[in-house]
Amino acid sequence: MNRREWPLWEVFIRSRNGLDHKHCGSLHAPDARLALQNARDVYTRRMEGTSIWVVRADHIVASDPDAKPELFDPAADKIYRHPTFYQLPEDVDHM
Amino acid sequence: MIRSADGAIDSNPDMTPHVEYLLRIGDSVLVLGQRLSEWCGHAPVLEEDIALANIALDLIGQSRLLLTHAGTVEGQGRDEDAMAFLRPEHAFRNVTLVELPNGDFGRTVVRGFLFFALLRPLWDALLTSQDPELAAIAAKARKESAYHVQHMADWVVRLGDGTEESHARAQRALDELWPYTAEWFDAHVVDEAIASAGIGVRWSALREAWQQQVMPILTEATLVPPAPTPFRSEGLHGRHSEHMGHLLAQMQYLQRSYPGARW
Repeated sequence: MNRREWPLWEVFIRSRNGLDHKHCGSLHAPDARLALQNARDVYTRRMEGTSIWVVRADHIVASDPDAKPELFDPAADKIYRHPTFYQLPEDVDHM
Repeated sequence: MIRSADGAIDSNPDMTPHVEYLLRIGDSVLVLGQRLSEWCGHAPVLEEDIALANIALDLIGQSRLLLTHAGTVEGQGRDEDAMAFLRPEHAFRNVTLVELPNGDFGRTVVRGFLFFALLRPLWDALLTSQDPELAAIAAKARKESAYHVQHMADWVVRLGDGTEESHARAQRALDELWPYTAEWFDAHVVDEAIASAGIGVRWSALREAWQQQVMPILTEATLVPPAPTPFRSEGLHGRHSEHMGHLLAQMQYLQRSYPGARW
């Protein structure tokens, strides 16, 4: 039997105003509208969110895991990219 | 139950109109909550399983508030559990539609849509009830019902305007279930007493709001309601279908076998 599954959607929830949407999981749904409803039912049952994004999983472009050495390793020894060499006034201590 | 000379059916003399009006809504959401909970673990997909269980729990939550309040208004010391689990079939005032078996997913969706489209304008009208407890329950429940009707409506459109198979099943469900909506809008002595006391709206006055919600969705879903017939279900009068006894037997079994049992 040719079983056609619904597309996969990635779900992002913003837990409070001012915070970012965070990826929290995925689900299947036939279309965007029902993906939002399913996300509401599956991921915000305990007041986890104030806003939901859903994105078709196949619309996400991901980096190649095999390309990790050339993408990320070169950053390892460049400590001057971290803003840790400035003296901050105490008022902005927690930047 | 007394049928008067003009054919109208009088309400149960043991029940005040206020209690009966609360039980109509409270029993309807309780029984539909029980029916929807039967889907738990059986829905077509996991996401819909959770959605239906969420809706079932919303409904049971609404019924707890309404049955508790009905018990208080009645003043005979009955709490929500006594109302839900220890009343006999003929004391229930739910609409017949909600006690019918779920059938397939399409039938469950069509039934839910038709009923939630009634609840939504009902809650809106009850926001201004002279019964402050009922108004507060309406304020909480109307947000839930708004989501329920939207979720069901979205499915009605997708099934009705879906494949040949899903359309045929949705249309069959509509043909079978539609006649059970007729009893909602008939004149009823309880409505008259409640409306003149400012406690609630006559259900017959909700017909237009109900149709305004239902018809555009059915059109979008390419579904056609059947022509009106003289058939009347009488759940609102305490006369239920053959399915109600089985539903209550399952729902009430624990409290009747082990009275006062607690989790």
